[in-house]
Amino acid sequence: MAIKLLLENAHIEGIRSYDVYRKHGGYRSVEKAFKMTPDEIVEEVKKSGLRGRGGAGFPTGLKWSFLAKPEGVPRHLVCNADESEPGTFKDRYLMEFLPHLLIEGLIVSSFALNSNHTYIYIRGEYAWIVDILDQAIAEAKNNGWLGKNILGTGFDCEIYVHRGAGAYICGEETALIESLEGKRGNPRIKPPFPAVQGVWMRPTVVNNVETLAAVVPIINNGGEAYSKIGIGKSTGTKLLSACGNINKPGIYEIDMTCSVEEFIYSDEYCGGIAKGKKLKACIPGGSSVPILPANLLLKTAKGETRIMSYESLADGGFATGSMMGSGGFEVLDEDQCVVRHTMSLARFYNHESCGQCSPCREGTGWMYKILKNLEYGKGKMSDIDLLWDIQRKIEGNTICPLGDAAAWPVAAAIRHFRDEFEWHVLNPDESQKRNYGLAHYADPIHVPAAVG
Amino acid sequence: MSEVQKFKVTIDNIAVEVAPGTTILNAARMIGGDVTPPAMCYYSKLQDSGGKCRTCLVEVSKGSEKDPRPMPKLVASCRTTVMDGMEVKNITSDKVLDARKGVVEFLLMNHPLDCPVCDQAGECDLQDLSYEHGTEKTRYEFDRRTFEKEDIGPYIQLHMTRCILCFRCVYTADQLTNKRQHGILDRGEHSEISTYLSKSLDNEFIGNVIDVCPVGALTDKTFRFKNRVWFTKAVDAHRDCPTCSGKVRLWMRGEEVFRVTARKDQWGEVEEWICNDCRFHKKETKDWVIEGPTKIRRSSVMSQNHYINEVVPQPELINDVIGKNPKLLFDIHSESDVNRPDVDLSKIEGPAHSNDFKKNKPE
Repeated sequence: MAIKLLLENAHIEGIRSYDVYRKHGGYRSVEKAFKMTPDEIVEEVKKSGLRGRGGAGFPTGLKWSFLAKPEGVPRHLVCNADESEPGTFKDRYLMEFLPHLLIEGLIVSSFALNSNHTYIYIRGEYAWIVDILDQAIAEAKNNGWLGKNILGTGFDCEIYVHRGAGAYICGEETALIESLEGKRGNPRIKPPFPAVQGVWMRPTVVNNVETLAAVVPIINNGGEAYSKIGIGKSTGTKLLSACGNINKPGIYEIDMTCSVEEFIYSDEYCGGIAKGKKLKACIPGGSSVPILPANLLLKTAKGETRIMSYESLADGGFATGSMMGSGGFEVLDEDQCVVRHTMSLARFYNHESCGQCSPCREGTGWMYKILKNLEYGKGKMSDIDLLWDIQRKIEGNTICPLGDAAAWPVAAAIRHFRDEFEWHVLNPDESQKRNYGLAHYADPIHVPAAVG
Repeated sequence: MSEVQKFKVTIDNIAVEVAPGTTILNAARMIGGDVTPPAMCYYSKLQDSGGKCRTCLVEVSKGSEKDPRPMPKLVASCRTTVMDGMEVKNITSDKVLDARKGVVEFLLMNHPLDCPVCDQAGECDLQDLSYEHGTEKTRYEFDRRTFEKEDIGPYIQLHMTRCILCFRCVYTADQLTNKRQHGILDRGEHSEISTYLSKSLDNEFIGNVIDVCPVGALTDKTFRFKNRVWFTKAVDAHRDCPTCSGKVRLWMRGEEVFRVTARKDQWGEVEEWICNDCRFHKKETKDWVIEGPTKIRRSSVMSQNHYINEVVPQPELINDVIGKNPKLLFDIHSESDVNRPDVDLSKIEGPAHSNDFKKNKPE
């Protein structure tokens, strides 16, 4: 049985309300944390090895310790709830069903970072969740967990929920900060980093919802215990939002030791591919990470079994690996067209580009138009190389990671599914009537024998 | 008193000492010449500008003396400050030249290339950039982006199709005027400079957006279609202006003042902002005290026929740049056959014609 830390109580009826949540051990971590010093909490989070759950996987404790502490300047904690990555919906579940878990994590983290004004920046489309969070905050406040002089410790904390207006780019931390300040959500040019100059030029930490919720079990059980779960540098548990052609789409909490194969096919998780079809490809971490064909998804290029951990998913770099990303696990079966899928992702990034820097503003639109031609049977063979060249010129040359996020899916699709693109060019009429199918994408890959 | 510590930074194998906090671009400008990355959005006089166009990308091959690791990505030189012992590669890096070529292609992709009817032609940063760093043709095969026309008042003409979204005019309005009336609307490739409610821009310093615009997106309506800039002669002049410094550049043809702009330095940046009154309303020679002809870069198309440099400047840097042969060093004059010093524009009757510059002029 898998370990559950975040979703342990998710099944309990009424857990959304304060009384039930408290009865099941809620807010214990706040009581415990207030007996510690802020530095001890940061140390505990460092010890836990917790990595940012928003996508980049940066160690949270390290991020917290980077926070500048100038005299007399307030510091802020911002919770990034602008979950807009196609395929990722884990934060929504957490906030909708366990709002107090997030509030609890926020109080502990605010205490650790000495943030008296903490913000939750939530995407505008999650309109109903704002009410849930507002109610949870009000309940917490009525019971003395928020406000002035919490539990007689002299620590003041207020949590505010701020709605975004529906822009993917505002999930980028500096764009989020700009938007929170009431400006146009354009990413800032770094440095300075938010840890030095964030909201209103004050030191700021921006963390994902799941990261902040994970602080609760870390304080409750100790960082040491948390770090023992999982494997290598992938400690603790991770929420995955599984979707696509699987029997049981939904949110799963895994401890990052199960194999990808187990995750897809076991009844405990996704329950296999829907309608008895075969697995063709998968995006293991949300739409921005490279897509992998079935053979490379289940086994690494070295022939080892791939497991659902940060390291194993990234094994082989971008040539044969992918990324854990934000945990949006999208599965494509044999009936899906990779060209069409790539096109719809390119359309998304084209639509969501902020328009600030030229490679992303112009390049994303160009890629979308070429992919549209390829998908509708009007493509040329040279378009594939052109696409490759465009993504290469976007990647790494933009202000924020949106450029990379737009380039990687296109690059990976061409890298692994070039045959399918070429088939679209060579068979323009047929490609409009049927899909390329599974082809050889699930065939075992040849593993070169170890040298020596 | 201790002397201020200076940082040593090496750009394309040329070392320079600069004050801490200087950006790589400004350090390169101290060296000058071809090692200076092009900048389409950065403007040293405008706070927070830069970082957007990505033409000034450079490779940092050594972070600093303390931390010699190279930076993983190309960095925008206009927004990256130097560290002591930093080593930067600009034209000696293939990666940089390749990325820059890509950026130029991206910038030109949706640009209408209507230079023949554009008032900015001849003094356009995008023309210079694409001439030096671009490729001969685009690989873009789709329709170019268009926008709804918008009238922003009697003095400034907005051509949104030409805009490269450098944000300079937005910063100018923010920092020179007390109430910005225009900004960027919409997102992504649909972003546009607009006033939202079709208001006209009427601040008394708003005319400066014309000078900061690197392309022909914002041009002077009072000069519109009146003349090509290279047929006019630039002279420095001043007047006693109650609102601004009154130091301007007049663009004349004979005795007629066609256009008034601010004076620009060697990087194409305004030296002192001027007011709308000087710019749009003082179009007669008697309004001005003329100081003398402006020194214009020899490589500029505007210098044609006007001033003859006795000494042809030698590209000194080519000897200093060790390693790669820089690809960008050439003189526009060796490429052009219209620059004939013996043709004096003011002696030609009526508008100049290309025939006037032909080697074997038909008599």
